[in-house]
Parts: sequence; structure tokens; C-alpha cells
Amino acid sequence: MAAVRDNVFPTRMNLTTTKTRLKGAQTGHSLLKRKSEALTTRFRAIVRKIEDAKLKMGKVMQNASFSLAEVAYITGDISYQVRESAKHATFKVSAKQENVSGVLIPAFEPSLQTASQFELTGLGRGGQQIQKARAVYIKAVETLVELASLQTAFVILDEVIKLTNRRVNAIEYVIIPRIENTISYINSELDEQDREEFYRLKKIQGKKKDRAAAAQKLLDESAKQSINDGNLHAGIGAGDESSQTEVRDILAEQADDDIIF
Amino acid sequence: MASATHKDRTLIAAIGDEDTITGLLLAGIGDIDIHQRPNFLVVDSKTTQEQIEERFTEYTARKDIAIILINQHVAEDIRGILDEYSAAFPTVLEIPSKDHPYDPSKDSVLKRVKLLFGD
Repeated sequence: MAAVRDNVFPTRMNLTTTKTRLKGAQTGHSLLKRKSEALTTRFRAIVRKIEDAKLKMGKVMQNASFSLAEVAYITGDISYQVRESAKHATFKVSAKQENVSGVLIPAFEPSLQTASQFELTGLGRGGQQIQKARAVYIKAVETLVELASLQTAFVILDEVIKLTNRRVNAIEYVIIPRIENTISYINSELDEQDREEFYRLKKIQGKKKDRAAAAQKLLDESAKQSINDGNLHAGIGAGDESSQTEVRDILAEQADDDIIF
Repeated sequence: MASATHKDRTLIAAIGDEDTITGLLLAGIGDIDIHQRPNFLVVDSKTTQEQIEERFTEYTARKDIAIILINQHVAEDIRGILDEYSAAFPTVLEIPSKDHPYDPSKDSVLKRVKLLFGD
């Protein structure tokens, strides 16, 4: 057989189990297909959001750069001071998970600790401007975090969709045809067995008929022979019988004699 | 398995020019861990490509970093590594810098978007 099939013994029980497997595969296929569709819908929404967010990011970063330029204008270069005083992050992110049809998608959320580490920066002059720039940058980073979580979702969804589609295709083009081939194989094999069984029964019936006919023939022949034989021996038999009755009569007479004796 | 690792990732790393890094540090993302490793790198004319690549690889390997922000013109220098990098964590985000306006067609994620939707 050229088509690929499972290596099973063709029995009725295996036929039942294989049919159950086919039903299971079909259910799984439709479920996975629906999952893939749901994910794709979500994926497209995310892609649209990403494009918007990327454009928004450009504007936000431009604003932020501008405010930093204002700081530089008033205060002078603070970058060294800022870099040196960076010890512990006050702007962190926390991951939160979202469930999209069984796929866990992490979403980052900015978590800001209020303790400011740059309170002394620009204390001499331009402190207010620095605080303003700081606020602008915090806003900017919040936008970036939002974009980053969208992007993570994008990467994960992309991967999951590929995986799901691969599974859908595997079931559709490999597993289901194989099970169907197995079922048709078992069916043809069972039919073949049925025909063989039928043929066997017919054959046995024929043989029995032949044998019965032969036996009948033999019986007939022997009967015919016995009739012939019976004709030959009839006289002797009859004679015997009559002599026996005569003998019995004689015996009876003898018994009578005995009693008399 | 994944939830435990997500929870530990709280930092935002940054690779970029002086102004960008200053601004991001001002927002409070700067962190120096117990091994005295900073989570930011200032790229100037003296920074070599190897240094950027090394730092980028270090950040992608670190378990406490959730997002890597990288200036787009810096990203251009290490485009090869960046295009190859496809893991979900940490997320690499290309950001515009003051001197270099943002070009969406160069973004590795947007390139993938274009590739997927074929336009």
C-alpha cells in the first residue's frame, strides 16, 4: 500500500479505536484553527497599535530631547553629574500576565518609586528646569515601556501563531489522512476477511453436499446390492426360519416331555 | 516556568548617545548592581563596535533586565546581532535620538511586520 498508515492489526476493535482517534483529531483541528484565528485577530490589533505607538514615540522623544536642551541651556552640562549619581533604579517595570486563548502574554507596567535621587542636581541653578525635564522623560519612558510590552506581545504571538498553524497543518495534512488511510485499510481488510469467510462457508457447504451425495450414492448402491443379495438368500432365510420354528416346536414338545418325566 | 522569570525582570537597560542616556537616567532607570555593572552605556565617537556588541550581549544575557532601549543609529552599527536576536525577553526597543530622526523602515520589528503583511 503506497499511502502512509498506522501499523495496526485489522480488527473490528482497532477500527473502533481508530474511528475515535479520527474524531479526536478533527475536534482538535477545529479547536486549534479557532485558536489560531483568535490569536491572529489579536495579533493584527497589536501590530496596528505598535505602528501608532512607534510614531507617537518619535514625537515624545523629540519633546524630551527638547526639554533636555532647555536644561543644558540654563544649567549647563549635567550629564556627568547625572551619570555619577545613578545608583539604584527608581523607575522599574513590573511584569503582568495577560491570557489570550491560552497564551500568556506579559505586559510591562511602569512602577515608579517616589524617592528621587537627583534632588541635589542643579541645586545651584536650573533645578526647576531639571525637574521638569525629569517629568517629561518619565512620561517618555512610560511610553517606551508601553511600546516594549506591545513589542513583546508581538514577538510571543508571532511565535505562538506559527506554532499553532504548524500544528493545524500537521493535523490536516498528515495525521487525518493517515488515520483515514488506516480506517480504509482496516475496512478493506475486514471486507476481504468477510469474503474469504463467505467463500469458505460456500466451499464447505459444497463439500458437504458432495460428500452427502457420495454417501447417498454408496447407500443406494449398497441398497441395490443388498436387494440383489436378499433375492439370492431369500430361500435359505425362509427355510431357516421355518426349521427354527419347527425346532422350537420340538423343544416345546420336549419340555412337555420333561414335565411329564 | 515563565512567570518566575518575568517577575525578576524589573530593569530597563539603555545603550545610546550622551543626551539620550542622560534623559533616561534623569527619569530614574539607572542602576548599578552589586557587581558594579551599570545598566546603561554611553556611546560616543570613541566607543568601538565591539564594545557595543559586548554590552548588548551582556544585557540580553542578564536575568534582571526586561527592556533594552537602544538608539537607532547605534542599533544600525550592530544590526547583524539585532536582526538575529529574536527572544521575547528582554525586549529590544529602538528609540530615536536627538541627532538622528526615527526611521521606521530600519526598525527590526517593523521590518518583520512588513514581512508578515507583505506591504
